[in-house]
Amino acid sequence: MRPLQRLRSRTVVLPDGNIDTDRIIPARFLTTTERSGLGAHLFADWRYAPDGRERADFPLNRPEARDCAVLVAGPNFGCGSSREHAPWALLDFGFRAVVSTAIADIFRSNSLKNGLLPLIVPESEGAWLLAHPGAEVDIDIATRILTLPDGTRVPFPLEPFAQHCLLEGLDELGYLLARRGAVEAYERAR
Amino acid sequence: MMSAAPRTLFEKVWQRHEVVPESASAPAILYVDLHLIHEVTSPQAFALLRERGLPVWRPRRTLATMDHSTPTETAQVFGGAPIAIEAAAQQVRELERNCAEFGVELLPLAHAERGIVHVIGPELGLSQPGSTIVCGDSHTSTHGAVGALAFGIGTTEVAHVLASQCLLQRKPRTLALTVTGKLAEGVGAKDLILYVIGQIGVGGGTGHVIEYRGPVIEGLDMESRMTVCNMSIEAGARAGMIAPDETTYAYLAGRPRAPRGAAWERALEAWRELPSDPGARFDRTVQVHAGLIEPMITYGTHPGMVMPIGGRVPERGDAAFARALDYMGLAPGQPLKDHPVDVVFIGSCTNARLSDLRSAARLLRGRRIARGLRMLVVPGSQQVKRAAESEGLDAVFREAGAEWRESGCSMCLGMNGDLVGRGQYSVSTSNRNFEGRQGSGARTLLASPLTAAACALTGRVTDPRELLGGAP
Ligand code: SF4
Repeated sequence: MRPLQRLRSRTVVLPDGNIDTDRIIPARFLTTTERSGLGAHLFADWRYAPDGRERADFPLNRPEARDCAVLVAGPNFGCGSSREHAPWALLDFGFRAVVSTAIADIFRSNSLKNGLLPLIVPESEGAWLLAHPGAEVDIDIATRILTLPDGTRVPFPLEPFAQHCLLEGLDELGYLLARRGAVEAYERAR
Repeated sequence: MMSAAPRTLFEKVWQRHEVVPESASAPAILYVDLHLIHEVTSPQAFALLRERGLPVWRPRRTLATMDHSTPTETAQVFGGAPIAIEAAAQQVRELERNCAEFGVELLPLAHAERGIVHVIGPELGLSQPGSTIVCGDSHTSTHGAVGALAFGIGTTEVAHVLASQCLLQRKPRTLALTVTGKLAEGVGAKDLILYVIGQIGVGGGTGHVIEYRGPVIEGLDMESRMTVCNMSIEAGARAGMIAPDETTYAYLAGRPRAPRGAAWERALEAWRELPSDPGARFDRTVQVHAGLIEPMITYGTHPGMVMPIGGRVPERGDAAFARALDYMGLAPGQPLKDHPVDVVFIGSCTNARLSDLRSAARLLRGRRIARGLRMLVVPGSQQVKRAAESEGLDAVFREAGAEWRESGCSMCLGMNGDLVGRGQYSVSTSNRNFEGRQGSGARTLLASPLTAAACALTGRVTDPRELLGGAP
């Protein structure tokens, strides 16, 4: 996993609530047995017209969106299926953080395991960010603070273990493997 | 001596599976009793094991099936024709190779017990009260119907379970959802759970495990309980659970992989300890009155956009709502009743068990579906298929003009080529009406098997009570 310590980027905004994982990456692209290359299919049915051409009015297709690493979206982002292809596609496109007032559980967990930060903001800051696409934000994982362009500092929740893994680029598998002795003891004792 | 504090069903199951309890600095290490895998979310997990040179640690605790991208046409399942979609064929081959290499049991495509992962777990007696069950699929919540703690995980976590039989988890909160009153004739478990999602919202259960309880839940048969727990994730919940009772034990007794003899007696004794203690505290409580529920149908692009079948599409100002209605080709204030329907799909892990097929057949028997309408009936498992055939349900569906298929996820997510066309309306017994879920531009109306059958007969959105002979 690529570590993530600090992120300074302009935002891309998708204001809809309840953006589900079928929308993030439709099921027909799940036939891959790889993790890479999914960015091309990110939001496919939204981003491309039925004839395959990019829709110019879709926020991700605007030239200024190409180097943005922060996606701001309406509440309950990532609801629906457990497909990890959703964070894989977002990361492959170039995102490192998704900001919303509410993020679905499985998507949140999948994101953290791949170095994509699911960042929860309060209602008022969420509304401000939705209304200001392209705002330059600064995200500091170590202090768990998102800074808005006017200098407002917005603390965000991040579980200490997940924070540690993000900062160091550690994955959980090593942690679990190191504790297999405890697992064996548990199995014997049941 | 102080007596132990009363605990919920969830807390009992959680505590029994804590290898290491959670602390401020680290999540709990939770032991997984049963791990179910399928062809779509497992390849990258096996790849991770291979990369690290790791074996599957407890191969006997994992069972593999094929369901998501597999064909439902008989010749493609049993040989005679190749799998039409090459990428799906490759996923099938890769799962076969991975299971062989890592020593995991697989129910291959032509196996008599193969089926949708959430149908076969309970059916085989593998899903048991008090156990922890995970799968790389969000509808794993289904297995909570037997009193298990069952939830969906991502592919990285599939690798974690394969390599360590454990997951790192923060303890979720609990929500008691009590259903009182009585369900009316023509109103079933699907209507109940759609109503609940309409009430609490698609994000209403986020961070929570829902325990469904109360007289209505206690009165449901096991397959209806599975329908309810299945759609917990559609309310955003981590899992859904129902306390095991005599209905649960009668369902599990004698199933091929349920305990037998003395082991059964021991298991039963432990299972009887599971229900929430009187006075156990939940983080949230919600009450629902079953008497208010009518046959339900969705009108929008998530399951929370739902209404009684005789109702009108709500009027709301926000842009996302307007866009969803635009996608659906519907207008605010419009009734859905009598709206033309192009496709009816009876299938999925929500509603493709024997009782669901019986419920649809009840209306279809001796009748024909509307001219020009396509109806697909896809049993949840090969065992369901055979059971339905042995009571002649396949003939009822065929004679009505429906297609009768081999089991799989099929049109629920349209990975295998079973698709709804652009702009078409599909009344589906599945669980998701997301944009593009059943195909690009497809418009999904979620409903119960009874309602779906009624719509198939008339070719229009129809209240099933009108065809049951009762007053609507
Ligand atoms: S039937 Fe649908 S919801 Fe159920 S496991 Fe298959 S794809 Fe998922």
